[in-house]
Amino acid sequence: MAKSHKPVVWFPFAAGGTVIAFCIPVIVLLTSMAALGHVPDGLGYERMHAFAAGALGKLVIFSVVALSLWSSAHRLRCTCFDFGLRADKVVATVLYLAAVAGSVATAVYLLRI
Amino acid sequence: MSRRPLVREVPPTSWFFRHPRYLRYMAREVTCIFIGAYCVLLVVGLQRLAAGQASYEAFLAALRSPASIVFHALALVAAVYHAATWFNATQKAMPVQVGEDFLPGTVISGAHYVAWVVLSFVVLFLAGVF
Repeated sequence: MAKSHKPVVWFPFAAGGTVIAFCIPVIVLLTSMAALGHVPDGLGYERMHAFAAGALGKLVIFSVVALSLWSSAHRLRCTCFDFGLRADKVVATVLYLAAVAGSVATAVYLLRI
Repeated sequence: MSRRPLVREVPPTSWFFRHPRYLRYMAREVTCIFIGAYCVLLVVGLQRLAAGQASYEAFLAALRSPASIVFHALALVAAVYHAATWFNATQKAMPVQVGEDFLPGTVISGAHYVAWVVLSFVVLFLAGVF
Protein backbone atom coordinates (compact mmCIF):
# COMPACT_ATOMS: atom_id res chain seq x y z
CA MET A 1 0.00 0.00 0.00
CA ALA A 2 1.26 3.41 -0.89
CA LYS A 3 2.15 5.47 2.11
CA SER A 4 1.99 9.22 2.32
CA HIS A 5 3.61 11.57 4.79
CA LYS A 6 0.73 13.99 4.31
CA PRO A 7 -1.29 12.97 7.41
CA VAL A 8 1.77 13.73 9.57
CA VAL A 9 1.82 17.28 8.20
CA TRP A 10 -1.92 17.64 8.10
CA PHE A 11 -2.97 16.55 11.55
CA PRO A 12 -0.95 19.20 13.43
CA PHE A 13 -1.97 21.71 10.74
CA ALA A 14 -5.69 21.17 11.32
CA ALA A 15 -5.27 20.97 15.09
CA GLY A 16 -3.17 24.13 14.96
CA GLY A 17 -5.79 25.96 12.91
CA THR A 18 -8.36 25.16 15.57
CA VAL A 19 -6.03 26.16 18.41
CA ILE A 20 -5.19 29.45 16.66
CA ALA A 21 -8.89 30.19 16.11
CA PHE A 22 -9.92 29.46 19.70
CA CYS A 23 -6.89 30.56 21.73
CA ILE A 24 -4.63 33.02 19.91
CA PRO A 25 -7.06 36.01 19.70
CA VAL A 26 -7.53 36.13 23.47
CA ILE A 27 -3.79 35.64 24.10
CA VAL A 28 -3.00 38.51 21.71
CA LEU A 29 -5.60 40.56 23.56
CA LEU A 30 -3.83 39.86 26.87
CA THR A 31 -0.36 40.84 25.62
CA SER A 32 -1.93 43.86 23.84
CA MET A 33 -3.09 45.04 27.26
CA ALA A 34 0.49 44.62 28.49
CA ALA A 35 1.70 46.53 25.41
CA LEU A 36 -0.65 49.38 26.33
CA GLY A 37 0.73 49.45 29.87
CA HIS A 38 -2.05 47.56 31.70
CA VAL A 39 -0.40 44.23 32.49
CA PRO A 40 -3.18 41.80 33.56
CA ASP A 41 -2.54 40.21 37.00
CA GLY A 42 -2.26 36.78 35.39
CA LEU A 43 0.63 37.95 33.20
CA GLY A 44 2.70 39.15 36.17
CA TYR A 45 5.87 37.18 36.95
CA GLU A 46 4.57 35.36 40.05
CA ARG A 47 1.36 34.00 38.52
CA MET A 48 2.81 33.34 35.08
CA HIS A 49 5.74 31.46 36.61
CA ALA A 50 3.40 29.45 38.86
CA PHE A 51 1.23 28.57 35.84
CA ALA A 52 4.20 27.48 33.72
CA ALA A 53 5.68 25.52 36.65
CA GLY A 54 2.69 23.17 36.87
CA ALA A 55 2.28 20.13 34.62
CA LEU A 56 -1.09 21.33 33.28
CA GLY A 57 0.31 24.80 32.49
CA LYS A 58 3.29 23.26 30.70
CA LEU A 59 0.98 21.05 28.63
CA VAL A 60 -1.31 23.95 27.71
CA ILE A 61 1.54 26.31 26.79
CA PHE A 62 3.40 23.69 24.79
CA SER A 63 0.28 22.56 22.90
CA VAL A 64 -0.77 26.08 22.01
CA VAL A 65 2.69 27.28 20.92
CA ALA A 66 3.83 24.13 19.08
CA LEU A 67 0.56 23.54 17.20
CA SER A 68 0.21 27.22 16.26
CA LEU A 69 3.83 27.30 15.04
CA TRP A 70 3.35 24.18 12.92
CA SER A 71 0.08 25.40 11.44
CA SER A 72 1.57 28.80 10.61
CA ALA A 73 4.61 27.16 9.00
CA HIS A 74 2.39 24.98 6.81
CA ARG A 75 0.22 27.92 5.78
CA LEU A 76 3.25 30.10 5.13
CA ARG A 77 4.58 27.36 2.84
CA CYS A 78 1.33 27.48 0.82
CA THR A 79 1.37 31.28 0.86
CA CYS A 80 4.94 31.38 -0.51
CA PHE A 81 3.83 29.12 -3.35
CA ASP A 82 0.76 31.26 -4.03
CA PHE A 83 2.91 34.39 -4.19
CA GLY A 84 5.00 32.78 -6.92
CA LEU A 85 7.88 31.35 -4.89
CA ARG A 86 7.98 27.90 -6.46
CA ALA A 87 11.00 26.40 -4.67
CA ASP A 88 8.60 24.39 -2.52
CA LYS A 89 11.10 21.82 -1.21
CA VAL A 90 13.43 24.51 0.12
CA VAL A 91 10.60 26.60 1.56
CA ALA A 92 8.98 23.56 3.20
CA THR A 93 12.27 22.38 4.70
CA VAL A 94 13.14 25.80 6.12
CA LEU A 95 9.68 26.47 7.55
CA TYR A 96 9.10 23.01 9.05
CA LEU A 97 12.59 23.02 10.57
CA ALA A 98 11.86 26.46 12.04
CA ALA A 99 8.58 25.18 13.51
CA VAL A 100 10.30 22.14 15.02
CA ALA A 101 13.13 24.32 16.40
CA GLY A 102 10.56 26.66 17.98
CA SER A 103 8.71 23.72 19.53
CA VAL A 104 11.91 22.20 20.93
CA ALA A 105 12.91 25.61 22.34
CA THR A 106 9.46 25.91 23.95
CA ALA A 107 9.87 22.48 25.58
CA VAL A 108 13.39 23.33 26.81
CA TYR A 109 12.31 26.68 28.33
CA LEU A 110 9.28 25.06 29.96
CA LEU A 111 11.44 22.36 31.55
CA ARG A 112 13.73 25.06 32.99
CA ILE A 113 10.80 26.71 34.81
CA MET B 1 -4.22 12.13 -34.01
CA SER B 2 -2.34 14.48 -31.83
CA ARG B 3 -3.90 16.47 -29.05
CA ARG B 4 -2.32 19.48 -27.59
CA PRO B 5 -2.92 19.66 -23.88
CA LEU B 6 -4.67 22.77 -22.62
CA VAL B 7 -2.14 25.09 -21.04
CA ARG B 8 -3.71 27.87 -19.07
CA GLU B 9 -1.63 30.97 -18.64
CA VAL B 10 -1.75 31.76 -14.94
CA PRO B 11 0.32 34.73 -13.79
CA PRO B 12 2.27 33.26 -10.85
CA THR B 13 2.38 36.39 -8.73
CA SER B 14 -0.79 38.32 -9.52
CA TRP B 15 -3.44 35.64 -10.09
CA PHE B 16 -5.29 36.48 -6.91
CA PHE B 17 -6.30 39.92 -8.20
CA ARG B 18 -8.49 38.23 -10.79
CA HIS B 19 -11.41 37.48 -8.52
CA PRO B 20 -12.52 38.82 -5.12
CA ARG B 21 -12.79 35.22 -3.91
CA TYR B 22 -9.09 34.66 -4.61
CA LEU B 23 -8.29 37.91 -2.83
CA ARG B 24 -10.22 36.82 0.27
CA TYR B 25 -8.39 33.49 0.19
CA MET B 26 -5.03 35.28 0.09
CA ALA B 27 -6.08 37.73 2.82
CA ARG B 28 -6.77 34.71 5.02
CA GLU B 29 -3.48 33.03 4.13
CA VAL B 30 -1.46 36.18 4.79
CA THR B 31 -2.72 36.28 8.40
CA CYS B 32 -0.39 33.32 9.09
CA ILE B 33 2.61 35.66 8.80
CA PHE B 34 1.40 37.64 11.81
CA ILE B 35 0.34 34.51 13.73
CA GLY B 36 3.74 32.92 13.07
CA ALA B 37 5.59 36.06 14.16
CA TYR B 38 3.41 36.26 17.24
CA CYS B 39 4.25 32.64 18.13
CA VAL B 40 7.94 33.56 17.94
CA LEU B 41 7.19 36.41 20.36
CA LEU B 42 5.55 33.87 22.72
CA VAL B 43 8.64 31.63 22.56
CA VAL B 44 10.85 34.63 23.39
CA GLY B 45 8.53 35.48 26.29
CA LEU B 46 8.86 31.92 27.63
CA GLN B 47 12.64 32.14 27.38
CA ARG B 48 12.53 35.38 29.45
CA LEU B 49 10.16 33.77 31.94
CA ALA B 50 12.60 30.88 32.37
CA ALA B 51 15.49 33.35 32.78
CA GLY B 52 14.03 34.93 35.92
CA GLN B 53 11.94 37.81 37.21
CA ALA B 54 14.14 40.71 36.09
CA SER B 55 14.42 39.30 32.57
CA TYR B 56 10.65 38.68 32.33
CA GLU B 57 9.77 42.15 33.56
CA ALA B 58 12.18 43.69 31.04
CA PHE B 59 10.34 41.68 28.37
CA LEU B 60 6.96 43.05 29.53
CA ALA B 61 8.41 46.58 29.49
CA ALA B 62 9.77 46.04 25.95
CA LEU B 63 6.24 45.15 24.81
CA ARG B 64 5.30 48.81 25.39
CA SER B 65 7.38 50.11 22.45
CA PRO B 66 5.40 51.76 19.60
CA ALA B 67 6.51 49.03 17.16
CA SER B 68 5.17 46.38 19.54
CA ILE B 69 1.84 48.20 19.89
CA VAL B 70 1.45 48.40 16.09
CA PHE B 71 2.42 44.73 15.76
CA HIS B 72 -0.12 43.73 18.42
CA ALA B 73 -2.87 45.64 16.62
CA LEU B 74 -2.04 43.87 13.33
CA ALA B 75 -1.75 40.47 15.05
CA LEU B 76 -5.11 40.97 16.76
CA VAL B 77 -6.83 41.74 13.45
CA ALA B 78 -5.11 38.74 11.83
CA ALA B 79 -6.04 36.39 14.68
CA VAL B 80 -9.69 37.46 14.72
CA TYR B 81 -9.90 37.23 10.91
CA HIS B 82 -8.42 33.74 11.03
CA ALA B 83 -10.85 32.71 13.77
CA ALA B 84 -13.93 34.09 11.98
CA THR B 85 -13.06 32.50 8.63
CA TRP B 86 -12.17 29.21 10.38
CA PHE B 87 -15.51 29.07 12.19
CA ASN B 88 -17.39 30.02 9.01
CA ALA B 89 -15.67 27.12 7.24
CA THR B 90 -16.61 24.53 9.91
CA GLN B 91 -20.11 24.14 8.49
CA LYS B 92 -18.62 23.09 5.15
CA ALA B 93 -15.83 20.98 6.66
CA MET B 94 -17.93 18.97 9.09
CA PRO B 95 -21.63 18.91 8.26
CA VAL B 96 -23.73 17.19 10.94
CA GLN B 97 -26.49 14.85 9.85
CA VAL B 98 -29.47 14.34 12.14
CA GLY B 99 -31.79 11.62 10.81
CA GLU B 100 -32.58 12.45 7.19
CA ASP B 101 -31.58 16.09 7.35
CA PHE B 102 -28.42 18.07 7.82
CA LEU B 103 -28.14 20.51 10.67
CA PRO B 104 -28.25 24.10 9.30
CA GLY B 105 -24.73 25.45 8.73
CA THR B 106 -25.41 28.51 10.85
CA VAL B 107 -25.99 26.27 13.88
CA ILE B 108 -22.58 24.59 13.47
CA SER B 109 -20.70 27.85 12.92
CA GLY B 110 -22.78 29.57 15.60
CA ALA B 111 -21.89 26.90 18.16
CA HIS B 112 -18.20 27.49 17.42
CA TYR B 113 -18.62 31.25 17.89
CA VAL B 114 -20.40 30.73 21.21
CA ALA B 115 -17.68 28.33 22.41
CA TRP B 116 -15.02 30.83 21.29
CA VAL B 117 -16.59 33.72 23.21
CA VAL B 118 -17.07 31.59 26.34
CA LEU B 119 -13.50 30.27 26.22
CA SER B 120 -12.11 33.78 25.66
CA PHE B 121 -14.01 35.13 28.68
CA VAL B 122 -12.83 32.19 30.83
CA VAL B 123 -9.19 32.90 29.82
CA LEU B 124 -9.63 36.64 30.50
CA PHE B 125 -11.16 35.81 33.89
CA LEU B 126 -8.34 33.38 34.78
CA ALA B 127 -5.80 36.01 33.71
CA GLY B 128 -7.37 38.40 36.22
CA VAL B 129 -8.68 40.96 33.73
CA PHE B 130 -11.96 41.09 35.64
